[in-house]
Amino acid sequence: MAETRKNDVLLEVKDLKVHFQMNEGLLKAVDGVDLTVREGRTLGIVGESGCGKSVTNQALIGIVPHPGVVTGQILLHKKRGVALEKPIDIVKLPRNGKEIRSIRGGDIGMIFQEPMKAFSPVHTIANQLCEGIMLHVEPNKKKAWDIALHALEQVGVNNPRQRMNEYPHQLSGGMRQRAMIAMALSCNPAILIADEPTTALDVTMQAQVLKLMNDLKREFNSAVIFITHDLGVIAEMSDDVAVMYLGRVVEYTDVDTLFHNPKHPYTIALLQSIPSVTRKAKSELEVIEGTVPYPMNMKPGCGFYSRCKKRVDGLCNVQDVPLVDIGNGHKVRCMLDEARRP
Amino acid sequence: MERRKMVLDAKGVKKYFPITSSFFKRHVGDVYAVDDVDVYVREGETLGIVGESGCGKTTLGRAILRVIQPTEGVCNFVRRDGETVDVFQLNENQLRETRRDMQMIFQDPYASLNPRMIIRDIIGEPLRYNSNLSGAEITERVKELLDLVGLNPRHLERYPHAFSGGQRQRIGIARALATTPRFIVCDEAVSALDVSVQAQVINLLQRLQSQLNLSYMFISHDLSVIQHISDRVGVMYVGKMVEQASSEDIFRRPLHPYTEALLSAKPIADPRLKKEKILLEGETPNPANPPSGCYFHPRCRYKCDVCAKERPAYRELEKGHFVACHRAEELTLDGVYRN
Repeated sequence: MAETRKNDVLLEVKDLKVHFQMNEGLLKAVDGVDLTVREGRTLGIVGESGCGKSVTNQALIGIVPHPGVVTGQILLHKKRGVALEKPIDIVKLPRNGKEIRSIRGGDIGMIFQEPMKAFSPVHTIANQLCEGIMLHVEPNKKKAWDIALHALEQVGVNNPRQRMNEYPHQLSGGMRQRAMIAMALSCNPAILIADEPTTALDVTMQAQVLKLMNDLKREFNSAVIFITHDLGVIAEMSDDVAVMYLGRVVEYTDVDTLFHNPKHPYTIALLQSIPSVTRKAKSELEVIEGTVPYPMNMKPGCGFYSRCKKRVDGLCNVQDVPLVDIGNGHKVRCMLDEARRP
Repeated sequence: MERRKMVLDAKGVKKYFPITSSFFKRHVGDVYAVDDVDVYVREGETLGIVGESGCGKTTLGRAILRVIQPTEGVCNFVRRDGETVDVFQLNENQLRETRRDMQMIFQDPYASLNPRMIIRDIIGEPLRYNSNLSGAEITERVKELLDLVGLNPRHLERYPHAFSGGQRQRIGIARALATTPRFIVCDEAVSALDVSVQAQVINLLQRLQSQLNLSYMFISHDLSVIQHISDRVGVMYVGKMVEQASSEDIFRRPLHPYTEALLSAKPIADPRLKKEKILLEGETPNPANPPSGCYFHPRCRYKCDVCAKERPAYRELEKGHFVACHRAEELTLDGVYRN
């Protein structure tokens, strides 16, 4: 991760926090996340359920549900391909304002996990694709229709002309996900957020969709934020990876380092706990004891403390652990890292 | 591997779901959910069943336990008393008796536990119907079971909502173990769990297997889980078994092109092992209206003329390695690269 190439940075997330004030206490869904999204690169975000990866992305396009409070900075450096003098801070934009609505779908596209839920069941595919296009790209309805058709062709939907007039329930799972990708791509977003786009698909379908996403990314040189819990998919799709745990990034590095020289105990344990087709069968898997704690009324200290095998009482559970660069842009949030060892 | 005794030997299992017209409920066709499938499971062995959604793997598991009534077939099951029975021919009382020896673990730990029952009743329920233990004895047994699956025996009075996903799956396992079965069908038993919790449950299942000499039929769509836990693997496609062999053979030297494509499509958690993928065109066919000949031929890259016309025979090509492909003898297919 070369820090010098500043000008290809599209989006910077600085100290992003999303807190929910609940009756039971303060729920810190996202608690201090820093990310950098660059042109033509895929940033993978990986973590277990409840680690805040989806809420982070909701914050990026300003759709955090009530009563979430977003603080920190989300700086958009380019709009419609033009570098901005002063970056736009998405956090500060009013939720339903004109500006955020032009960014949402326009500059930042989104692919949701379950296309059956994300599409409206009572509108045709054409209807739903054209709505976004007419809002962001081409107000003329006829031309918008052509763009939508072209987008469907691009993502390999067979018989696109007929599909345009069909309803989402008439499409199979794989085709729906393709239509979803077409919808996100039809407005040529510079940044594409994909939230578990293949989790609901079968392996052979998943392979098709992943290849499609990689091809499209190369063609348009767009940036992709890829959220998944599947480390195999991360290995195949990402250039950089952020590992999240309890609302924080615990390790942030390039994909090769993550799989071959991970530093954080959580990352190491996670990699050892997955059964892999390249590993010896029937062996005992390494496990992470316990479960992810509920992120409510958290005590200070490392979030992984309760499950960490290497924890040190009086060191790890005293204060919040900062994310430290240990060289070459490899960032780790662990007190036991050599650089920090007292 | 030494020859172990057979626990379950099913032949020609078929399950067709009728399609009826809305008017007069006239029978207009069938969904061939499971179509002429042979499986066997030996003592202490895990048979993994893998396939994509809609291939009939869950229906197969249910038909074998006769949770749903199979259309046709024979399912010989050896009970704990050594008697062999055909599960498909039993009457209700005999079936209930036999069910003590065959149990099931379900996919979704949130849906498979009754939210209004406490843990003691959930786990103890099979015992109330299948044994003559008294109430106090059942409570004792439930405590033992909770301990066995790694839960705190003091949590007897709690409701399922107080437990996390992994803990609920352990409760489901304890319930399946209550009647000391010999054979358990695990239907996507770890699919709904997070990776770190999934490893805990897989380890638990493996430990229980060696402790209690259990046989599993492990149904999953996740190839790496299947590879990890199985002794033998069966690959299903549109209601048919296309290949069945030892885990080693399936993953190293597959004989069916579909198995090869499936292995190739699986993302590997190592960026240095990037390889060319075999991408299957199109989608799995509709089991109500399958293609002619070999069901896989429209997507197969090795297809020839005969594939579209004749259905390939399911045959034992090598010892213990069954395959249904016309060209299995001549093709050399790639398995999984292993370092």
